[in-house]
Amino acid sequence: MNFDRREFLKAGFKTILATGFSLGAFEILRPEVLAALKKEEGIRWTFLVDTTKCIGCGMCVRACKLENEIPYEVNVSRTWVERYVMTKDGRIYADSPNAARDGFIKNDPMGTMVKKEDIDKAFFVPKLCNQCENPPCVQVCPVGATYQTPDGIVLIDRKWCIGCGYCIMACPYGVRFFHPVYKVAEKCNFCYHRINKGMKPACVDACAFGARMIGNIRDLGDPVARIIKTERTAVLKEEYGTKPHVFYIGLDSIVR
Amino acid sequence: MEVHGELWTLKEFFVYPNEYIYWSLQIVMYPFMTGLVAGAFVLSSLYHVFGRKELKDMARFSLTFSYALLLAAPMPLLFHLQKPLRGFNVFFTPHFTSAIAAFGIVFFLYASIVASEIWFVNRKFFVESAINFRNAEGLGNRIKGFVYRVWTLGAYDISEESLKKDERAVKILAGIGIPAACFLHGYAGFIFGSVKANALWMTPLMPVIFIMSAIVSGIALCMLTYIIIMQIRKVVILRKRKPWMTSAEEVRSVEIDAIKMTSKYLIFFMVMAITLELLDLVFRGYTALKHWDILRVVIYSRDFFNIFIIQYGIGTILPLIIFLMPRLTIRRATIGLFLVLVGVFMMRWNVVIGGQAFSLTFSGYMDYILPVIPYNYDTFKEGVGGALLILFMPFFFLWILNKLIPVVDSTNRVIENK
Repeated sequence: MNFDRREFLKAGFKTILATGFSLGAFEILRPEVLAALKKEEGIRWTFLVDTTKCIGCGMCVRACKLENEIPYEVNVSRTWVERYVMTKDGRIYADSPNAARDGFIKNDPMGTMVKKEDIDKAFFVPKLCNQCENPPCVQVCPVGATYQTPDGIVLIDRKWCIGCGYCIMACPYGVRFFHPVYKVAEKCNFCYHRINKGMKPACVDACAFGARMIGNIRDLGDPVARIIKTERTAVLKEEYGTKPHVFYIGLDSIVR
Repeated sequence: MEVHGELWTLKEFFVYPNEYIYWSLQIVMYPFMTGLVAGAFVLSSLYHVFGRKELKDMARFSLTFSYALLLAAPMPLLFHLQKPLRGFNVFFTPHFTSAIAAFGIVFFLYASIVASEIWFVNRKFFVESAINFRNAEGLGNRIKGFVYRVWTLGAYDISEESLKKDERAVKILAGIGIPAACFLHGYAGFIFGSVKANALWMTPLMPVIFIMSAIVSGIALCMLTYIIIMQIRKVVILRKRKPWMTSAEEVRSVEIDAIKMTSKYLIFFMVMAITLELLDLVFRGYTALKHWDILRVVIYSRDFFNIFIIQYGIGTILPLIIFLMPRLTIRRATIGLFLVLVGVFMMRWNVVIGGQAFSLTFSGYMDYILPVIPYNYDTFKEGVGGALLILFMPFFFLWILNKLIPVVDSTNRVIENK
């Protein structure tokens, strides 16, 4: 066959177009891209923690362990409560013994007895998975066993996880661990099985003081969404760019 | 019942409840092993691509050794996985935003490059052996003959011309192999360097640092194994000397020359590695970001012995002195090479374990208690036992390969088989 320059350029152009379009289809038809097309629809689960209401009883941790079958005696938990104590001499004590499963019953942060009159400020901060909009754990999973649902919850496929621990390393909040029984990655999922049935997560139901709330940030009538939009709230470790979706009222700069 | 990692983690001060040292000894072994693979290959390529004639013997050996190491390289990962039987999921559903997902592809790509290079290098030997064993008797020899016949892949042409073509193919493969080897290991560095949650790991320099120390460790292990094999050979030759065999004196002289030449490359890459590592350290100190407070404590006091005494002192400075002093002897080189390997291993240790020595809270520490005596499955496979098993595997594979392929040099083997 004899090609002159014009024909060559024509054919080349066509080839580039054809490959471009067919390769582009992979990009356009990607599930995430398709999902993004119909954005701002449906539910986006969001959690709100009012730290000023938390008294550190640990009922949420106990409820979570029972609900989600995390062995009671094992030193891991999907949710936990941290205690922060700042004394008058500027020292900061922080701890969460047994993930606060048994509550805080003594004035002994980090094993030191602190007198009441020495304390400048002290408070509790409940922690759980932040269900990030940009979850690093999902990004690093080599087999795609952990994934984000359209309503924003990051789930783990216990039947597909290989247990490499990369997601545990990638989470800046330390919410992930290996399930002691199933030997795969495990973390809080806002009790996905409950919230899908119209129930509240176990920890929310267990909290007698209303420190934990869950809602849909896309629903303007939702009380949780209203608080987040109209009041002063903060998220944890914003600098990692993960866009966490657990918002806090009364967060302090000493909170880690 | 305990959670994975609890057995060997000691927590101090404020650490999140779910934090443990989840990446333990086997994850130290993994970059160490892939580093050896990459380094061994780069060493062999120095001869094939850049025509460094002085490395000829070393090149043939390190190419085969690279393959033996390669076979053992994925084993630490399997030992580390909580669900090792699901390891194959990585090939079924690779999730390409993850650095680990590329492992299968990079690994097989690299393995096929090394395998085909070995084939081209040894093709003449395969053909000659296949012909030699054609009418051999006895089951062992018949199996060997069959293996060689398969390995010729039907290409029996060993004319001058076709051997020239083989050499060209080797050169091309070695050329492709260098970036592939760097990629194989650079991406192991990327696995760590891209973890933004970990203050010690997250640096774009990580892949480059890993490649440099990989080449250092690969060259060192090849030299060390080469020395050991040569010494064993010498003893064997002395014991059953036959007229056509190389004399013991000749073996000796080849050895020290090769070692002297190779150690020059070793020194070059060692200097590169330590420069990059120090650059990283200086930069962290100078920019002093939020996490520097805790990193400083980990680097300069808690891990001081591991980092500055073992890794830099015993593992880098001391061997540099040993190799730079005039009149290098085999014994001195052996000590130096061993120290280099210790140093690179400690570098991996300080990255992997050191990266988990502090909590995500930046106000707590975790200590790693290496399980020495295993008392359950976890403490065996992620303890000293598992690590030793994995360190032993490449030598086992090399031993098997040596039965079929001339690992050190090909001059006598065909005649021996007659």
